[in-house]
Amino acid sequence: MSATGIGAAVRRKEDLRFITGKGQYTDDVIRPGETRAVFVRSPHARAKIKSIDVNEAKKMPGVVAVLTGAELANDKIGNLICGWMIHSKDGSPMKMAPHPALAATSVNHVGDAVAVVIAETKAQGRDAAEKVKVDYEPLPAVVDPGKAQGKGAPQIHEVAPNNTIYQWHLGDQKAVEAAFAQAKHVTRLDLINNRLVPNAIEPRAALAEYDSGTDQLTLWNTSQNPHVARLVIAAFVGMAPEHKLRVIAPDVGGGFGSKIFIYPEEVVCLWASRKVGRPVKWTAERSESFLTDAHGRDHVTHAELALDGNGKILALRAKTIANLGAYMSTFSSSVPTYLYGTLLSGQYDIPQIYCEVDAVYTNTVPVDAYRGAGRPEATFVVERLVEVAAREIGIEPAELRKRNFIKSFPHQTPVIMAYDAGDYNASLKKAMELADVKGIGKRKRESARNGKLRGIGYSTYIEACGIAPSQAVGSLGCGVGLWESAEVRVNPTGSVEVLTGTHAHGQGHETTFAQLVSERLGIPFENVSIVHGDTDKVQFGMGTYGSRSGAVGMSAIVKALDKIEAKAKKVAAHMLEAAEGDIEFKDGKFSVAGTDKTAAWGDVALNAYIAHKFAGQELEPGLKETSFYDPTNFTFPAGCHICEVEVDIETGNTEIVGWTAVDDFGTVINPMIVEGQVHGGIAQGVGQALLEGAVYDKDGQLVTGSLMDYTMPRAHNLPSFNVGLTETKSPSNPLGIKGCGEAGAIAAPAAVINAITDAIGSEQISMPATASAVWSALQRTPAARKAAE
Amino acid sequence: MYNFTFHRPTTVRQAAGLLAKNPDGKLLAGGHSLIPVMKQRLAQPSAIIDLSKVEGLAGVELKGRSVVVGAMTRHADVANSPVMQQALPGLAEVPGSIGDPQVRNWGTIGGSIANNDPNADYPAACLGLGATIITNKRKIAADDFFTGMFSTALEDGEIITKVSFPIAKKAAYVKFKHPASGFALVGVFVSKRGSDIRVAVTGAGANGVFRVKSFEEALKKRFAAKSLEGMTIPATGMNSDIHAGAEYRAHLVGVLARRAVAKATA
Repeated sequence: MSATGIGAAVRRKEDLRFITGKGQYTDDVIRPGETRAVFVRSPHARAKIKSIDVNEAKKMPGVVAVLTGAELANDKIGNLICGWMIHSKDGSPMKMAPHPALAATSVNHVGDAVAVVIAETKAQGRDAAEKVKVDYEPLPAVVDPGKAQGKGAPQIHEVAPNNTIYQWHLGDQKAVEAAFAQAKHVTRLDLINNRLVPNAIEPRAALAEYDSGTDQLTLWNTSQNPHVARLVIAAFVGMAPEHKLRVIAPDVGGGFGSKIFIYPEEVVCLWASRKVGRPVKWTAERSESFLTDAHGRDHVTHAELALDGNGKILALRAKTIANLGAYMSTFSSSVPTYLYGTLLSGQYDIPQIYCEVDAVYTNTVPVDAYRGAGRPEATFVVERLVEVAAREIGIEPAELRKRNFIKSFPHQTPVIMAYDAGDYNASLKKAMELADVKGIGKRKRESARNGKLRGIGYSTYIEACGIAPSQAVGSLGCGVGLWESAEVRVNPTGSVEVLTGTHAHGQGHETTFAQLVSERLGIPFENVSIVHGDTDKVQFGMGTYGSRSGAVGMSAIVKALDKIEAKAKKVAAHMLEAAEGDIEFKDGKFSVAGTDKTAAWGDVALNAYIAHKFAGQELEPGLKETSFYDPTNFTFPAGCHICEVEVDIETGNTEIVGWTAVDDFGTVINPMIVEGQVHGGIAQGVGQALLEGAVYDKDGQLVTGSLMDYTMPRAHNLPSFNVGLTETKSPSNPLGIKGCGEAGAIAAPAAVINAITDAIGSEQISMPATASAVWSALQRTPAARKAAE
Repeated sequence: MYNFTFHRPTTVRQAAGLLAKNPDGKLLAGGHSLIPVMKQRLAQPSAIIDLSKVEGLAGVELKGRSVVVGAMTRHADVANSPVMQQALPGLAEVPGSIGDPQVRNWGTIGGSIANNDPNADYPAACLGLGATIITNKRKIAADDFFTGMFSTALEDGEIITKVSFPIAKKAAYVKFKHPASGFALVGVFVSKRGSDIRVAVTGAGANGVFRVKSFEEALKKRFAAKSLEGMTIPATGMNSDIHAGAEYRAHLVGVLARRAVAKATA
């Protein structure tokens, strides 16, 4: 292993600009003559728009234009779409309601945009926005997914009776029923997967500029996938032909899924920039982020696990209601279906699984993918069921897991996925050693002496990452293919630029991708630069989400590097006057087998461009190759997280006193970056389990609409993590990478809740397990009260 | 934020004059509560009168059997004051628990108590020590100063200049932080100064900071955590929100009072 190659803990190249304030985010881009957009948003969760009067607003100082939904519709700007078709069990397609970028006739959640003021300054825009008079007729709203389908519930969209978007299912219902009939033990749980607000540190932003000379539109935006944004805005919204729209996602400060989607604000800025003939910029305020960034999770689930007399799992079934909010966001339909139901086998050999999911509209912010997307929800169901089953039967939770682990690969689950590789026992065993599970009894007694209840909780999670084979996702309804692209450009001096279709917004691709190229070509790490995020520079690519950039994006680079090497060998053969087949390439040097004749990488690169040693008929000059890589399968990262907590009996406060994570991510390119991803993921998972939760009141007002009420995890909420790795390589991509970006967020919530319920002796606790919630649970729990005394 | 005129007086007299001329003007004494609501356009004062350059308003000094804190003394300066740490270590901990370093380096004691946020920490310390709030017009006992949520005995044009804390032999503050905001979900300040025993609670009451007479009576017999064993207060009149119900807050008052007494007597 070289100091900067695969497996080296290289410091991140991008950090110099980030920590010295030199990052260039969308809001940092300033165009001559730019104006500011300020949106007029609905204060009602549901209302009819009777009229909008913009006359006074238009006369305010600095106002360039005031635009409404009616004008947007007049200009034939298309609706936003959901790009993943889900069919109900009766075969009918999902009920996608119109989602205009500016509402013209009705609003469906607090924060729904109805008009936009374009002004010289933001302050002038805000002043004018207050003068836009919208006459609303407020209507009753529904916010609770459990009530959305009920009799008499307000009907949000005409196309979706009973607010039901689809009623999807997966698995063999009859076989599952038969298995439950045979069961010696059945564990039943009602679970709520709490609604989360993403809160990336950089708020969403858009800057649009129209050039009337070339009829070209440019959009700078906070996107995880600029090409997908361009495709949707061109082909579906109809803003401009694809070749007349350039999308640039410069430095982006965190996404966690929330920046995958195509949002109303970027559509409106593009439209407005053409209308006013000047650049238009919008940057969300934090309170706008709370009201408009797609939220995550929000499932209500009843789940059951059937076991035989030996603790062997016979079957699992789950019925989930998934809240998709007021409109279907870009990939929202896939999250509670193919990213959820397909993972309900966990790490276990479960013969039969049946899952039903009803997706519903409510008068809340749209819900879509958020770090883990469906897989945290699945893991929470499976890992809570297994833990509770073990406690009910009286088998050690780790032992019950071991008895049911999948032990041979490939393994076909009853819910589509074919796991390719893993060693679940290995990660469990290593985690138990690192966490000193043997000493837990002693530690529990020590805690009890200090008035504390100590508990330990496991989460042996699985996820499907490296999203994913295009044919597979196409057959499941995805509107696009999920391959990835790379172009490797070797310059005449031998330095290399890699144009990747992925996008980095915190992941460190500029470092890890350069490590791959450095290792493979034997050239200094510093001589490699990674280019992403600009549709004018980079070939079409699918972007970054679902822990796919390593497994899919780097595989595309490998394929392009293969072609580079093949071409370079041809050049070297001409230079060294040898047969192409005799050229060997190692450590950045070409040599002729069996001789001492060599050519250095830089000389070969130069010769490829000066083309003095070969004729154009036999070899094209230049050294630049492109590859589009489509994986053969998802990847299946898995591992074991063990959380140890102490609960203060008097206050109910939970302190996480220990965290062990042993993950199998396949090949690791940069262990420091991987560890950072694990830390961040756990922090978000702990946030969900202990602190975070979006709360709406019955009228549809977001009660947790600011960081004063919505609790984000802070450093003091977290222990020092004890992180380890095991490794089985993924056979589905050339590097053996599985992906690491979401694991922590997927594993953590179940581990925390399993630990708290172990501590307090009650399963009746939902997320977030705040001090007051745990204290209330303790008041209901005789066993815990006894322990307290 | 709406437009406003900005004034920076250098004397209390000038500040009072400006306040008299601008009836809906606001004093700026840190601004961590005022500026956010102005940015959200929920408040639109016509004038801001910044007290940061008024001379003689900052500092911590020992005066007889009291510690006197200037109204514009930053939280960090109170927390780190050797005088305070020596004379009233239990009080020094109060500003040390407020917000984050940025807040502590800018927020002031005068700003905090004039605002009387029902979840703020300083009101508990003032009431819990029987402090005297000194203004440009008069002296007000803490017992008379805090009149309800975001409301005080301050009259129009009245400016807090100092707060005088009598030195108590035993004093401690225990705070259970609101998980999101870091304010006091419940905070309890206890003190014993001769026969004057005080238990003051912030965060819990729907009407702001209050004293718990039943606890004080129990502690008069013996100033020890044990004296409060099993004691609690009724949930009526407690705040209730998504973070904590009234019953839980009432329960925490008992728990934190015991812990505060234990800390004060440790």
